[in-house]
Amino acid sequence: MKVILIIIPIVSLIFSALRGNIGELSAGIISKSQEAVELVISICGMMCFWSGLMRVAQKAGLLEKLSKLLSVPLGFLFGDLKKGGKAMSLISANIAANILGLGNASTPLGIAAMKAIALEQQSGDYATNEMIMLAVLNTASLQIIPATAAALRAANGAKSPMEILPCVWIVSAYSLFIAVLSAKLMSKIKARKRGEL
Amino acid sequence: MTDYIIPVLTVGVLIYAAIKRVDVFGAFCEGASEGLKTCADILPALILLIVCVGMFQASGAVEALTNLLKPLCEAVSFPPEAVPLVILRPFSGSGAMAVYNEIAAANGADSFAERVAATLIGSSETTFYTIAVYFSAVKAKKTRYATAAALTADLTAWLVCGITVKLLLGA
Repeated sequence: MKVILIIIPIVSLIFSALRGNIGELSAGIISKSQEAVELVISICGMMCFWSGLMRVAQKAGLLEKLSKLLSVPLGFLFGDLKKGGKAMSLISANIAANILGLGNASTPLGIAAMKAIALEQQSGDYATNEMIMLAVLNTASLQIIPATAAALRAANGAKSPMEILPCVWIVSAYSLFIAVLSAKLMSKIKARKRGEL
Repeated sequence: MTDYIIPVLTVGVLIYAAIKRVDVFGAFCEGASEGLKTCADILPALILLIVCVGMFQASGAVEALTNLLKPLCEAVSFPPEAVPLVILRPFSGSGAMAVYNEIAAANGADSFAERVAATLIGSSETTFYTIAVYFSAVKAKKTRYATAAALTADLTAWLVCGITVKLLLGA
């Protein structure tokens, strides 16, 4: 990230100077910082409403329900972990929080799950297949309602911000499938290289 | 149809919570103030990133990059205007918001590029950040194939995003 923050302004300055539109660049810097504040204010309402509603859902026990429901299919992905163990139940809770879009709850649960896996598998400084699977699942967006994307669309004047929902679901499903598939394949390839298969 | 989702979910959650005798008002306010905190937390980074992205756009560098990658994008029906988002998305959530805003402003709301950009934001995550947070929590230095597998998924999202929006919402 640091590198990008240095490269972008330098490239911009050089490009701008070469094309002779430094004036635009200067005006851009001033108006853009203002734009950032306006953007946050316009998406803030939806972000607050959604996290409020999801907190209500969490308090009503929907998180536990969903994580119980998920523990069966997740058992197949994390075959080497103890069924009903601490790591497995934290993984289910983390994935359930991701699905409901509980950003503030999912990361601490995920970190706790990673630690529980490390404890169960005595991994040392080595990332086990289960740890990688959990991290990869968390890098694929599992959220069913893309609240932030909808808020951003509304802030920019889209007529029906939620119309992208089916598209989001399809793209998410594809990338999730590929994420799981490539994690499983890569773990097999690594195992073969080490002569374990 | 999609217009039903938020109202139905809202009512559904509220009714379910009422049946479960949850303090709806208290829980909502608690969650909403967390949302407020999230907004306040992203603002400083967003200011820096929107300025950076804006500079990049104003300098004409984005246009050059877009033209360079045009043939590759056309092959998968991805709008070249949304390419900067694909590049920045795995690194930074605020950066992605900044780029999205630029794309929406330049191409208009409800344009093909804007819809694809929003879909991509909704269906991907800050890959590098997530991996760093998760593995540093267990002090795992050898992350092996984690980044490769996660980026394969991001690449898939990019490959199918344009064509999906085109088929479902039109170009």
